[in-house]
Amino acid sequence: MDNLYRDFILEHYRNPHNKGVLDPHDLHFADSNPTCGDEMSMTLRLDEARQRVTDVAFDGRGCAISQASASILTDELRGKTLDEITALDPKDVLEELGVPIGPARLKCALLGYKVLQGAVSGGEVAWPEEAEAAP
Amino acid sequence: MAVEPAASATATAVATAAARPAQKPVQGAFSGAALRADFPAFDTPTHLGKRLVYLDAAASAPKPRAVIDALADTYAHHYANVHRGIYELSEDATGRFEAARRKVAGFIGAPSAREVVFVRNATEAINLVAYSWGRTNVGRGDHILSTQLEHHANIVPWQQLAREVGATLDYVEITDDGRLDMDDLRRKLEARPKLVAVSQVSNALGTISPVAEVVELAHAVGALVLVDGAQSAPHMPVDVTALGCDFFALSGHKMLGPSGIGALWGRRELLDGMPPFMTGGSMIIKVTLDGAEWNEVPYKFEAGTPAIAEAIGLGAAIDYLEALGMDRVREHERYLVEHAWAALGEIPGVWRLGPADPELHAGVISLVLEGIHPHDVATVFDHEGIAVRAGHHCAQPVMLRYDIPATTRASFYVYNDLDDIAALTDAVRSCQQLFNA
Repeated sequence: MDNLYRDFILEHYRNPHNKGVLDPHDLHFADSNPTCGDEMSMTLRLDEARQRVTDVAFDGRGCAISQASASILTDELRGKTLDEITALDPKDVLEELGVPIGPARLKCALLGYKVLQGAVSGGEVAWPEEAEAAP
Repeated sequence: MAVEPAASATATAVATAAARPAQKPVQGAFSGAALRADFPAFDTPTHLGKRLVYLDAAASAPKPRAVIDALADTYAHHYANVHRGIYELSEDATGRFEAARRKVAGFIGAPSAREVVFVRNATEAINLVAYSWGRTNVGRGDHILSTQLEHHANIVPWQQLAREVGATLDYVEITDDGRLDMDDLRRKLEARPKLVAVSQVSNALGTISPVAEVVELAHAVGALVLVDGAQSAPHMPVDVTALGCDFFALSGHKMLGPSGIGALWGRRELLDGMPPFMTGGSMIIKVTLDGAEWNEVPYKFEAGTPAIAEAIGLGAAIDYLEALGMDRVREHERYLVEHAWAALGEIPGVWRLGPADPELHAGVISLVLEGIHPHDVATVFDHEGIAVRAGHHCAQPVMLRYDIPATTRASFYVYNDLDDIAALTDAVRSCQQLFNA
């Protein structure tokens, strides 16, 4: 428990970064975690060339793992191109989280990643293989 | 040769457990701690070396050694296909399989074992009725009545039926403390539904519903009643004859039996009048290239090779429960739920769902910890060796009713005791300390 709920995870949960809805925005997507029904949305602003992310926000209620994961993920996105985001590896997202995630919680940890990929691709994407062990 | 499978061995095992000296005064109808010795699942510590505190019986129950032995013994010494072979081994297997059917009938007070259909689980039992009875007897403009308290298994099959035949599906509302709103039931029965589909015990809230009263009211307007007994049959005495219902569904895996086996009970004249659900081998008397004649009930509904050893294992689970006595099983859980409800009520920031009266509350307590997501709660509990369910419990309408995405659910069974309740309340407090610090 001390491994999973390290202080920085709880800190991101209590005071999430980039929380809210950007208005106006260029990209928007919302999705949910089928295990618990938690919903998350993400809004992004792009530069004039519509290539690079200038701002990002996520919204919704969820568990500490999904909220911290989205908070940490969105911190990394400003200045990235859409191609770079598409190429993001879910393994890196889990690594960035830095805590051991059991099979039952993988969808929580990757919900933000899935919503982000949905926003960038303009429609729902499948759960990454890494999350498939989850119930 | 119909041999009663391992009944005496099971009874002995239970008697031994009951006779085992308890470590402390018995809490409830019997010592849950002593009974844990009958369940190999409790022999192994959890992944962090803690004692397993299993509070997820409502999802699926662990198996006593008597059930595991009955499965292994069947496969090792008594296994062949049933209702086919003209040889001793097949006759032996058939005898044990049919003896299990009689045990199910006796366990739920069915007038005849011929009215007991083996299925995979309660979900399949309800689907059988929805497909076979429903598509024959429900038509355009007809009404079906379910409730807001139901598991998805007692909602979605009726939604599908209503959509296909053009019928209307309505739901009885529930009160703030999770009971069926009987006035709303009376109002909605005025539409004269063809069927009322109701659970005897709610898997999400633990509510025990007054099913006999529902049956009386429903029959008065000509509606049949299907009772989802997935959460009641394992935990309290059930008598379908006394309830007066028309169909009753149960799952073996929730009542200490194997997974993959369940039962549908239906009144004989209803089953006789229903077309088959699945078709193929076993369920026919005669097949030509032009058509087939159906076998008699229950075989008409049992196409293909059934879950033979699993049915026999379910019989062993029934032996185990009957040796304890279903009255005492219910008394034990009532005792545990009363204590858990009170102990949890002493902790600020804990919201308990469902009826406060233990007489109306089966051994299931759904909790919300203010400001802490149920998934986080369950993970913290897991680190303490406590297995609970976190989520919507396949009852999303219940969650919608209280405007919550999910709950943390603790559910009790014969092997639980006050130590488990203490572990639960301790874990609630440490969870609050971690998240609300």
